[in-house]
Amino acid sequence: MNIIRVENLTKQFNGFTAVDHINFEVKKGEIFGFLGPNGAGKSTTINMLSTILPVTDGEAFINNFSILSQRDDVRKSIGLVFQDPSLDDRLTAEENLRFHAKLYGVPSDEFQKRKQEVLKLVDLWDRQNDIVKNFSGGMKRRLEIARGLLHYPAVLFLDEPTIGLDPQTRAHLWDYILRLKREKEMTIFMTTHYMNEAEYCDHIAIIDHGKIVALGTPRELKKQIGGDIISMTSNQKAELKKEIEKRYKKDVKEKDGFLQIEVEDGEKFLPRLFNELTVEIDSIELRKPTLDDVFLSLTGRAIREEEPSDKERMRQRMRMRRRN
Amino acid sequence: MQFIQTIYTIWQREIIRYWRDKTRIVSTFFMPLMFLVIFGAGLNETLATGNFGVDFTQFMYPGIIAMSIMNIAFFSTISTVWDREFGFLKEILVAPVSRVAVAFGKTLGATTIASIQAIILLILAPLIGVTIHIAIIPQLILFMLLLAFAISGMGLLISSLMKTTESFGMVTQILIFPMFFISGAFFPLTSVPSWMSVLSYINPLTYGVDAIRQIILGNQVASNILNNLSLHPISVDALFLVAFSAVMVSAAVFAFNKRA
Ligand SMILES: Nc1ncnc2c1ncn2[C@@H]1O[C@H](COP(=O)(O)OP(=O)(O)OP(=O)(O)O)[C@@H](O)[C@H]1O
Ligand SMILES: [Mg+2]
Repeated sequence: MNIIRVENLTKQFNGFTAVDHINFEVKKGEIFGFLGPNGAGKSTTINMLSTILPVTDGEAFINNFSILSQRDDVRKSIGLVFQDPSLDDRLTAEENLRFHAKLYGVPSDEFQKRKQEVLKLVDLWDRQNDIVKNFSGGMKRRLEIARGLLHYPAVLFLDEPTIGLDPQTRAHLWDYILRLKREKEMTIFMTTHYMNEAEYCDHIAIIDHGKIVALGTPRELKKQIGGDIISMTSNQKAELKKEIEKRYKKDVKEKDGFLQIEVEDGEKFLPRLFNELTVEIDSIELRKPTLDDVFLSLTGRAIREEEPSDKERMRQRMRMRRRN
Repeated sequence: MQFIQTIYTIWQREIIRYWRDKTRIVSTFFMPLMFLVIFGAGLNETLATGNFGVDFTQFMYPGIIAMSIMNIAFFSTISTVWDREFGFLKEILVAPVSRVAVAFGKTLGATTIASIQAIILLILAPLIGVTIHIAIIPQLILFMLLLAFAISGMGLLISSLMKTTESFGMVTQILIFPMFFISGAFFPLTSVPSWMSVLSYINPLTYGVDAIRQIILGNQVASNILNNLSLHPISVDALFLVAFSAVMVSAAVFAFNKRA
């Protein structure tokens, strides 16, 4: 039996459908990634699965417990790292962990053991008596992960675990996450909108406007794209687009000012382009598909094409302020 | 067992946070002193001529206690709004624990802090010439706790409905003065317009002041004077405060369940 089963899960906010009849399953011990742009419904899904947001329609099971009728069992089965910070920064790291352990009924001798284990895992063992306020953003995030592990959950939910962190800290955090999977065989459900992070996942669901538009391993998803990607620029983009569409019957997409086409064998196709096209090309690039391309090909948009809204920017700033 | 442990854990965090906040500690000691100096020195001179048949300071003293309990209890329950704003409330609400226990822990935290203040006032009473018999102290403390619990429960309900600390501060500021003035702390409620008297019946402060006044004055003034000044038997005051707290805490739990 899969450790997470989601059936037609739906959430509406005053008539607006944030999550729209989604279905998926997660196997024990895997990293499952939820990939999508801002507002796609990732956090809303996590909040429903973790029982803190009422469900509009559908059902889900975690560790074989229903999120509708067995909330306390679900809550005991999961560890959570929310998108926004949720530490008490007036307390020390140790006190934050102790608080958590008591609420989850971890006995105190067991707590001493586990505290050492999780703090060492995230390299915060020698900072345990410091007030969290004085921690850096990355340290706070690591402490949140340690806290989420303290009651030995069956599934760890990570909502954008690396948001607002610099690339180096992000890479470190990923070391911890992969170590968890390796050493503890932990099932991890995570959301992200960083494509390169999604590559670490065993399975990915791509979500857009509340719907799952694709599901599979990163490799399978990339294989959906017909082979290689050629992207090019030109002074006469409109003409170039028209000519390619007419001559090769290919779907031309636009991304960051580049025209993109998917071809089966890029190395052979390039020379043909040069010989046959009449419109002048300024620059051209041939590459293997990334998940970004998968998203683009499924939705017609790049995942980070949209500028963050004012509200989102504000939220990010608040987040940074709180982390610092 | 987990129920008790949850109450204790939530309560303990409130106390640790209070203890780390030096400004709040200083103000806990400073506010009662200020109240006593102002009321003791100022009012006693100008208003001592009141015709209730009791010394005005003696008459006002329960009101001072009630006022400072109300202030601190409201101010302490802001921690829930604070937790919401800073995200920590999610950590609490997603834990596999009873929301009732969470609400109790929060309410008891504020109750404890407000009671500490009230007890300081009690210790300082002789300085402004308020006579308190040793024998009534347990009963006094009991009512201070009951009143502090009732107001804290009310504060928790407000904070469970508010999104920001600003709106919480606004609502409590708006409530504090009317609650104080129709509590009978300043003037007896035995001869006020009926609308005021109706409002005073649902005001927890009324019952706290009423009980504390009867306990303090009990063996100091003649019983006919005391009867004129009091509204309910002490047991009714206690019962009301308990019932009021129960309603407030349940409503707060309901609000938490509804929102998250
Ligand atoms: N409490 C709420 N009330 C009304 N609308 C909401 C609420 N929470 C979320 N939404 C809306 O639901 C949609 C999905 O939001 P959600 O937070 O799940 O997105 P997300 O995929 O996590 O995005 P991000 O990458 O920005 O975290 C958004 O349009 C959002 O505005
Ligand atoms: Mg989100």
